[in-house]
Amino acid sequence: MRFVGAIVLLLVACSARAELTIEITGAGEHQIPISVVRFAGEETMVGQAISSVVSNDLMRTGLFKLIDPAGKAPHEPGDVNYVEWPGVEALLIGKVRTVEGGRVEVRFRLLDMVRQTELTGLAVTAKSEQLRAIGHRVADLVYEKLTGSAGVFSTRIAYVNRDGKQYRLVVADSDGYGEQTLLALNQPIMSPAWSPDGKQLAYVSFERGHATTFVQSLATRQRIVLADFPGSNSAPTWSPDGKKLALVLSRDGSSNLYTVNGDGKNLRRITFGDSIDTEPNFLSDGKSLLFTSDRGGSAQIYRVPVEGGYAERLTFEGNSNFSPRVSPDGKYFVFSHFVDGVFYIAVQDFENKQMQVLTGGGWEKKPSFAPNGKLVLFATESQGRGILATVSSDGRVKQKMVAQRGDIREPIWGPFLKQ
Amino acid sequence: MKKIFLSIVLVNLLAACASETPKEAVEEPTPAVTETEATAPVEPAQAPVETVEAAMPEERSVYFPFDVDAVQAADRAIVQAHGDYLSKNADAKVRVEGNADERGSSEYNLALGQRRANNVKKLLILSGAQASQIETMSFGEEKPRCAEHNESCWSQNRRADIVAK
Repeated sequence: MRFVGAIVLLLVACSARAELTIEITGAGEHQIPISVVRFAGEETMVGQAISSVVSNDLMRTGLFKLIDPAGKAPHEPGDVNYVEWPGVEALLIGKVRTVEGGRVEVRFRLLDMVRQTELTGLAVTAKSEQLRAIGHRVADLVYEKLTGSAGVFSTRIAYVNRDGKQYRLVVADSDGYGEQTLLALNQPIMSPAWSPDGKQLAYVSFERGHATTFVQSLATRQRIVLADFPGSNSAPTWSPDGKKLALVLSRDGSSNLYTVNGDGKNLRRITFGDSIDTEPNFLSDGKSLLFTSDRGGSAQIYRVPVEGGYAERLTFEGNSNFSPRVSPDGKYFVFSHFVDGVFYIAVQDFENKQMQVLTGGGWEKKPSFAPNGKLVLFATESQGRGILATVSSDGRVKQKMVAQRGDIREPIWGPFLKQ
Repeated sequence: MKKIFLSIVLVNLLAACASETPKEAVEEPTPAVTETEATAPVEPAQAPVETVEAAMPEERSVYFPFDVDAVQAADRAIVQAHGDYLSKNADAKVRVEGNADERGSSEYNLALGQRRANNVKKLLILSGAQASQIETMSFGEEKPRCAEHNESCWSQNRRADIVAK
């Protein structure tokens, strides 16, 4: 398979509830040719066909080449005539039906068309209003089988939508569908952060007249004030074990890093001094934090032990660097790299300290890794509007998601959810 | 005195710029600004400092260079006038709101705006105000007065506002 120059696809969402338009550029080095046959029984279901959710998910990664079944419609392995699928390496077929309790079941099979064997076959069920969730789950399993990495189609993202004076804290599927507003205010909302179990969001809101940090449950919508000291209470981030958070308080003058338990107790100060210290992010072992500081004269990224102590500077390139976040495997961190008035998304290897710029530059801010480490989500701008974008962690495949209303800011990719 | 006058005119000009932007509401009405500009050459600078003591000084914003949080020499008189006012009006309270332009991360800019507000507070105290009269907070880059990506906008957004409570 060859590198395909630049494919531009425009997937205008078919569903009436689509909140985002998605545009993809670039392609993976080794695109896998796959054909997805419309599942038997889909014509009787309301809403978007599950098989097209799967196709769109796979296509958006840039790692697959979707081949039209050209009228062929097998639904069982026995129906498949292998010689009829030249150039197709993987074939997805299946059936959908309604089962007990108003649930929908998909039985699918993924076939290796070269070896003429079945790679996997499973049944996935969900409530009938969650057809898209089934599609994402099937896509996750197909992706994992064909690439060796877990799929992230079932995961969720959080971001802030600013529309005029209204700010909404939004949680959505990783493809931007299924938007749910967690909080709507006429005051700014900033810096959402997922708990490691994906059940809570910490964020900053100005509803009390200044930056206050809250923690809110997604299921119950109940929330607590995590920190509301004079000045700014901001930049929350969870420890990998979910037991505490790091955040930034300016109550003692300058902005410094602190840790605190999930209930707001046991506040401990980590950094001291007059410089700006902000945007903490835990390393995978939970023992140290990356953060942004201007202690050296410009904003750069540093690492400090959680109990405090010597802070090591990690970034030296560009005018300044912001918003570090660690990769799921702990080997890299991604950040916003500012050079000559332009923000780029860049990654740096902890071990050899090499930096790689992943994007073409713009107002590119607040990057975060997908939980499989293969994609980076960030905020950028297109035609004067704040939008979401992703770039593959090798920089090859880029995707933009344009909201129907408002500016999208402060995105963060959520964790894998336990099945 | 001349310096003070110049800085006031400069600030007024900046405020005038802000009023041209369609989106954001401007606190100071344009007519007042033009009036100050027109009359200023005849009666320089003393107006904000020595008018009725019971009134809060008219000039309520100070501006900062990129990534700088120290109150600029040209703006010190504005802050000092508020410090003087607060010292003579023990019941008065103000809130200092720091702001930053968009060149940085939202969190870095929140911290930068906070530091700008803190520095205004320090100068207010040096000018006679009590710490208990002053609250500080930051909006960072979240509430830009001007929303375009250019220096004339950014210079308006790198600002601390002294607001009556």
